[in-house]
Amino acid sequence: MSVVPKDLKYSREHEWIKVDGNIGVIGITDFAQKSLGDIVFIELPGVGDEISAGDSFGVVESVKAASDLYAPVSGKVVEVNEEVIESPQLVNEDPYGKGWMIKVEISNEAELDELLSPEDYEKLLEEEGE
Amino acid sequence: MGSYPLIFELSKEGRTGFELPELDVPAKDINNLIPEEMQRKTEPDLPEVAEVDVVRHYIGLSRRNFGVDNGFYPLGSCTMKYNPKVNEDTSRLAGFAELHPYVPEELAQGALELLYDAEQYLKEITGMDRFTFQPAAGAHGEFTGLMIIKAYLEKKGEKRTKVIVPDSAHGTNPATAAMCGFDVISIKSNDRGLVDPEELAKVLDNDVAALMLTNPNTLGLFEEEIVKIAKMVHDVGGLLYYDGANLNAIMGVTRPGDMGFDVMHINLHKTFSTPHGGGGPGSGPVGVKAHLAEFLPVPVVEKDGDRYYFNYNLPNSIGKVRTFYGNFLVVVKAYTYLKALGGEGLTDVSQKAVLNANYLREKLKKYFYLPYDRLCKHEFVLSGKWQKEKGVRTLDIAKRLLDYGVHPPTIYFPLIVDEALMIEPTETESKETLDRFIEVMLTINREVEENPELLHEAPHVTPVKRLDEVGAARNPILRWSKDWQK
Repeated sequence: MSVVPKDLKYSREHEWIKVDGNIGVIGITDFAQKSLGDIVFIELPGVGDEISAGDSFGVVESVKAASDLYAPVSGKVVEVNEEVIESPQLVNEDPYGKGWMIKVEISNEAELDELLSPEDYEKLLEEEGE
Repeated sequence: MGSYPLIFELSKEGRTGFELPELDVPAKDINNLIPEEMQRKTEPDLPEVAEVDVVRHYIGLSRRNFGVDNGFYPLGSCTMKYNPKVNEDTSRLAGFAELHPYVPEELAQGALELLYDAEQYLKEITGMDRFTFQPAAGAHGEFTGLMIIKAYLEKKGEKRTKVIVPDSAHGTNPATAAMCGFDVISIKSNDRGLVDPEELAKVLDNDVAALMLTNPNTLGLFEEEIVKIAKMVHDVGGLLYYDGANLNAIMGVTRPGDMGFDVMHINLHKTFSTPHGGGGPGSGPVGVKAHLAEFLPVPVVEKDGDRYYFNYNLPNSIGKVRTFYGNFLVVVKAYTYLKALGGEGLTDVSQKAVLNANYLREKLKKYFYLPYDRLCKHEFVLSGKWQKEKGVRTLDIAKRLLDYGVHPPTIYFPLIVDEALMIEPTETESKETLDRFIEVMLTINREVEENPELLHEAPHVTPVKRLDEVGAARNPILRWSKDWQK
């Protein structure tokens, strides 16, 4: 079973976001990292870039597959985790901690309501055969 | 791993395996030929070895290689059929092999006739109206095809931005669409593994330039609603692109042109038996319906009475996509295959390819999960999910197959099947070979129960054991250097 922390919100594309004021920290879920397998390459936007909800903001590549990262919310990138670019295995080891990817200044808080609660995300995982 | 040296590591300073002949033309000053800033300042690091070292080195490597000439190679989607050796004879005829690309047309009539005739055969097989042989392989063909679609739409004054691909598509399809500047719209397959007309309807609008599809699709299943799908796309003014990767399944039975496709590519190196996968260059001819012929790359080969000639006069051509006429000698090999088999023979090829795939599918489905359980075309996709529950992954099964002298199927593709094993036996394999493969798969399935460790560590008998794929991807060493081993 994949870990689904209770203090996060989730996208249908398996990203999580942790909201603190108007700042959101974004990464991919435990389920996502397990499905991808050993991650070998991550491409992230630069600080100052604008991302918009539902659009791709980067790429994550494992030995098995390459997959787009989808922005759960719109906003401006204020920090990028350089450490995961250097050591992509952090996403496998600690997807909700050291494996975070970007911090954004959320531009439209209403978008957060569109995201899944931990309970709903668990249901989605069940549907996907978890 | 390091047991087999690189040719660079065999190098001994001053050792040579050749002697250049005396110069028999006037010497020219290099400064008059190559600008000084483009001349290299240091000697290149080339291996200094004797002829015998070179021969032993490469013969040694070739003995470690595995190809369809060594054994069964059911690599799904790649159509690794046996390539008849007569193709090598014809393509080495001096009249073809030594023909200079600038030779005057009247001295190359045979080669032009061959290109012309090959085009007629491909038209007959596919239901398309014109072909170009320039693209060097499949993905290059896709690029050419989408550029033609783009030129067609631009000439009509339409600026369409979207290309639709199903989620089971070959990765090259979305990549091609992106390369050509389109937005890629992916649609989910339905529970039968096919394009869902309802899902398609949701994304169809006046911005759609094309739908890219292969039929049979990547799961080896025939898109039964293709005529309806084609009409839906045409009704909004979009075009249909046929990825010819799976053409081996349908020759003489049905044709992309009749299904409603406007543009397609063929992989001569798959369907028409020319070496690929490290064995030779590919060839990805692109075929179009008449309304797109004016956009083909130039030149196209035409016939006037008894004379064949190159027609460069296509003012709306997308231009050249490769030097000269494409990989001509590959076309010679494919032409040989076409002539040798004829229409009935090619139909038989497709029918046997489908029969072989269904034989394996039926025999293996009790032991390996088959997500889409019905008649397949030339290939089918199993899932290793039952084995995964016992701690053995598809990767382990694939590695273990190497120990039994079988090239593994394509694994982890298509992405919509968990732990996928994509098996394409091709028509050239006998029942005995297929039965042996079944036996090997069942043996491995028993090993999953009895000795999973054996699989985790496989392969055991190959010159190179389990590779550290993650390490290779995370810390790639892409170039040899003298300091590398220090």
